[in-house]
Amino acid sequence: MKKTWLTLGIIFVVIAMLVQLMPFYIATTTAIKPKTDLSSRWDMPEDGIYLENFEVAIERGKILTAMKNSAVVTVVSVVFVCFLGSLAAYPLARMKNFASKFITIFILGVMMVPPLSTLVPLLTMMNKLNAVNTYFGIILIMITGQLPLSIFLYKNFIAGIPISLEEAARIDGANYLQIYKNIIFPIMKPVTASVVILAGTFIWNDYQMSLYMLTSSDKRTITTAVGSFFSQNGSNLGAATAAALIGVVPIVVAYIFLQKYFMKGMVDGAVKG
Amino acid sequence: MTKDSKTSFFSKQSSLHLFYIPAMLLFICFTLVPLIWGLGLSFTDWDGYTAGKHFVAFQNYTDLFKDQYFIEVLTNTLIFGFGCTILQQLFGLILALVLDSKLPGKAVFRAIIYLPVLVSPVIMGIMYYLMLQYNYGALNDIVVLLGHEKVAWLSAKNTALMWIVIINTIQFMGISMILYLTGLQRIPKTYHEAASIDGASSFQKFRHITLPMLYPAFVTSITINLIGGLKLFDIIKVLTNGKPAYSTNSISTYIGITYQNQQRAGYASAMGLILFMMIMVFTLVLNGLMKKKEVDA
Repeated sequence: MKKTWLTLGIIFVVIAMLVQLMPFYIATTTAIKPKTDLSSRWDMPEDGIYLENFEVAIERGKILTAMKNSAVVTVVSVVFVCFLGSLAAYPLARMKNFASKFITIFILGVMMVPPLSTLVPLLTMMNKLNAVNTYFGIILIMITGQLPLSIFLYKNFIAGIPISLEEAARIDGANYLQIYKNIIFPIMKPVTASVVILAGTFIWNDYQMSLYMLTSSDKRTITTAVGSFFSQNGSNLGAATAAALIGVVPIVVAYIFLQKYFMKGMVDGAVKG
Repeated sequence: MTKDSKTSFFSKQSSLHLFYIPAMLLFICFTLVPLIWGLGLSFTDWDGYTAGKHFVAFQNYTDLFKDQYFIEVLTNTLIFGFGCTILQQLFGLILALVLDSKLPGKAVFRAIIYLPVLVSPVIMGIMYYLMLQYNYGALNDIVVLLGHEKVAWLSAKNTALMWIVIINTIQFMGISMILYLTGLQRIPKTYHEAASIDGASSFQKFRHITLPMLYPAFVTSITINLIGGLKLFDIIKVLTNGKPAYSTNSISTYIGITYQNQQRAGYASAMGLILFMMIMVFTLVLNGLMKKKEVDA
């Protein structure tokens, strides 16, 4: 009885794995075949690998520019998310007063605001600040979006650090800024890894805000560039797919090397409380 | 002199308040102000571009519930939210239970099933478009091979909605899988051993040990999946762009359309507020369930 269930379960897992690999396989065969090859997408190309789709994606889809833009936006935003998040978390973890309780609840409230719900005022504001189609504008939105999670992750971590360490430093005459800089920040490496991975993936993949904030073709990030190249190239799906595959490479490579951190980060982030 | 005053300032505990001010400023400028501003706009007939706008009180809100498209979009949003959440819990739990057993190569299975979680839904949408296209679509190749007519998966409302739910479910079922796996690994082995000694069957152990111990994982996973489903945007934008007509939009994508394509900024703001309140209510209810159980236990 138990054996049967386990066998069925294993079949389910194997099917799930194949289902997850299938879109990558279909995308690869589509991207490495010329437009004129009308064979099924299940078939590998018969006359060798055709790379022109990738050239088209890079030249006309400006995929490399988009990669660079995504890298700038992601790196700058993540640095601020880590720095401002850990800075804000320190007093929230250490002070047990009304202000820190109020702010914690306020941040929980901020987390519940879906990005699209404030699209009209936010875009109007960004237009007034001339921040549409600038790194500055999208970076501010990305930082604000990822800060709450970062604050809660850091806050939980700091709450677990024994306070005696800081008390000893206080007696030695260190001030709070020095304690944060020399004691707290250095021991937060594990949680910083989680924040970098969670916020980094999220910002790299962001589409909903970038779609409205970055409309000029030389400011587009990878998701918006791939998305718009796809909608303009309905007849040349090979090139659009090549663009999509280039866009997915950095994440897949990072995942192969840092797999454990990706999963651990997600679990830590889910149980933020 | 400046150095001295700075040192003494940061020695006081009250200086700690300074630490969260940058973060708070960002929240106020880019979340709180837009939220209140949006509330104000939702009572106007603003078009989003010109200077003129008139106060129309609750007109936008009453119009929304008379707008057959909005009712359709609201229904879709709930289908995305609840449909994906139910399927993700089911698949996630099965995957976690199997991968918690002594299966050779389970790390590889786990890693591959989790992979799509990290891929941008835009790219996922494009990949699945290659599957679902009418001509040349990989799925229709199989349909034809089985001797049926090609199916126009994305041009009929019901099949398009179904595929949006399926793709979002498949892409993010890895989240529930990992949360349940973590939950399962936290159950002490002794519980099951003790129950076995008392003669409990596998099903009884599952029902009375595994399921109750997974309660926190259930609540966390349901919260994440439900909010993700209710906010659904990217996949729809790539796969159907809300078509046919407006019938496959979610509230999120419909906000963009009413604002930018129809110049109804006041109306879009009202919809934004409804989306926010919907997500807030569901989050608070689920948080309440979590707390209640903790008190019970």
